[in-house]
Amino acid sequence: MASIVQFENVGLRYGTGAETLSDVSFNLPAGSFTFLTGPSGAGKTSLLKLLYLALRPSRGLIRLFSEDIVTLPRARLPAFRRRIGVVFQDFRLVPYLSAYDNVALPLRVAGVSEGEIETPVREMLEWVGLASRANARPATLSGGEQQRVAIARAVIGRPDMLVADEPTGNVDPEMAGRLLYLFEALNKLGTTVVVATHDVHLLSRIAHSQLMRLDKGRVSDPTGALRNPPRTPQGED
Amino acid sequence: MLRLHSWHHRNGRLLPEGQFAGPMPWVIAIMMFLSVLIAAGGLGVREAARHLADELAGRITIQIVEADPFERARQTQAVLRRLARNPRIAHVERLDPQQLEKQLAPWLGTSFDTTDVPIPDMIDVDLAGQAADALPEIIEAVKGAAPSGRIDAHGQWLTPLNKLMNLLKWLALALVVLMGAATAFTVVLAARATLDNHRDTIDVMHLLGGTDVQIARLFQRRIALDALFGGIVGLAAAAAVLLILIERVQGLGSELVGNVALTRATWTVLILFPLGATALAMVTARLTILRTLGRIL
Repeated sequence: MASIVQFENVGLRYGTGAETLSDVSFNLPAGSFTFLTGPSGAGKTSLLKLLYLALRPSRGLIRLFSEDIVTLPRARLPAFRRRIGVVFQDFRLVPYLSAYDNVALPLRVAGVSEGEIETPVREMLEWVGLASRANARPATLSGGEQQRVAIARAVIGRPDMLVADEPTGNVDPEMAGRLLYLFEALNKLGTTVVVATHDVHLLSRIAHSQLMRLDKGRVSDPTGALRNPPRTPQGED
Repeated sequence: MLRLHSWHHRNGRLLPEGQFAGPMPWVIAIMMFLSVLIAAGGLGVREAARHLADELAGRITIQIVEADPFERARQTQAVLRRLARNPRIAHVERLDPQQLEKQLAPWLGTSFDTTDVPIPDMIDVDLAGQAADALPEIIEAVKGAAPSGRIDAHGQWLTPLNKLMNLLKWLALALVVLMGAATAFTVVLAARATLDNHRDTIDVMHLLGGTDVQIARLFQRRIALDALFGGIVGLAAAAAVLLILIERVQGLGSELVGNVALTRATWTVLILFPLGATALAMVTARLTILRTLGRIL
C-alpha cells in the first residue's frame, strides 16, 4: 500500500536547544491506523505537529500525500491542512463560537455552503452526544464535552488523515470507546489515523492498528516501529 | 471558492462582538475632526480666492493723468470710443467726476479747485472672458488713444494675496495628508495588537486550512467598521463646529473673510472623508495583517 506519510531522518529543534526529535524515520501506509505511545516528553506532540503541518523539521525529509512538505511553499499549506483533521491536546476551540459553529468551522473554511453544513454538523454532534449542547460556548462546556467538540470538528470534513493527541484523556471509558469506534469507522472509509495516547487500554481495541513508540525523541525501535500492537496492554508511563 | 457572504455572516463571531480595536475608533474620530476642519479651511480659502479672482481679475481702471482739462477730456473720449467698439470688453464707463470729488473730500476737503489740483479722469472697464488674454490688446488701444493713460489691472493686486492663499491651501493639504498617515499608523498598531490578542484563533484557523486572505478579511472588516464609526463621529463634530464658524464669519460683513464659504461641492468632499478613512484603514489593516500572517507558518 502506498505511503501517505514518509519521515526520513527527521530532526526537530526548538530554537537553539537540544533536538526534541532525532533521526525519526517511518512510513505510514494510506488507510493505516497507528497508535503513537511513549513517556511524557518523548516528543509525541512534536511529532504530531510535524504531521499536521504546525511545524517544519529542522532537518530530514517529510513527505505527506506524496509531496515534500519541508520545501512546500507556504501558500500551498492550507490546501494540505484541509486534508488533515486534528484533535489538539488542549482542544483549541474558538471561544466566541458555539459548539455547532466550532464543528462547522472546517467546512466553512473549505467553502461548503450553509445548506450543506447543517445536517452533517447536527449528526456529528448527535454522535458525540452533544446535540443538546449545540448552542453552548466552550467556556460553558466541561473538559470532556470540549474534547468531544474538538473530535467532532476534526472528523467533520472526512479528512484523508486524522491526527489526535490524547483524544480520550478527558472522557469516561464508555465515551472513549465510542470515540475510538468513530475513528475506526473513519479509518475503514480510508482515513489514515494517528493517535497519540497514554491509554494502554486503547491499543488493543483496534485490531489492525500499528504501534509506534517514541522515547527521548527517537523511535525506540526503528525496525519495528510499525509492528502490530500487543494484544495484552503494556504499561506506558 | 469561499462564499464570502456566508463566511462573514457566520464567522464574524470568530472575533468578539462590540468595539474591537481598543481606542482606535476614538483616535480616528479625533484625526477626522482635525482633518475635516483643516480641509474645510483649505477648501474655503481656495473658494474665497476664486471668488475674489472672479470679481477683480476681469476689471481694469484707466486713469487719464493729464493736467490740461481739455486735453484730458479729449483723451478720455477717445479711449471711451475705442474701447466701446472692442468686443472683448463687456462694459466701459467713465466714473462721475463729482463722485470722485466726493470720495477725495476726506483728504482734500470740499473747497478745493480742480484747476489747481487736477484730478485724473477714471474709466472703469469690465472685460468679457479671459482677462489676461485681453489685457495686452487693451493696453495697446489705450496707449494709442490716450498717451497720458495709465492702466491699473485689478488682478495684479491679487498676486500676493493669491500666493498667501495658495500657501494656505497647500499647507492644509499637507496637514490632511499627515493626518491620513497618522491614521494609517494607528491602524497598523491596532491591527498588530488585535492579531496578538487573537493569536490562538488565528492559529486554529491556519491549522484548519484557513488562508491568510480569509483570516485578513475577518480582521480588516472589523477594523474598517471601527474606522467608519470613528470617521462619522469626527465628521459630525467637525461639521457642527464649521456651521457655527460659518455663521460667525458671515456675520463679520468683511468682503474678503465673508467670502470664505463652503460650497455644496466642498461639503460633498468633506462628507467623503470618513469613507476615505475607512478605505485607508481597511487597506492598511489588510496589508499589515497579511504581512504579519506571512511570518507565521
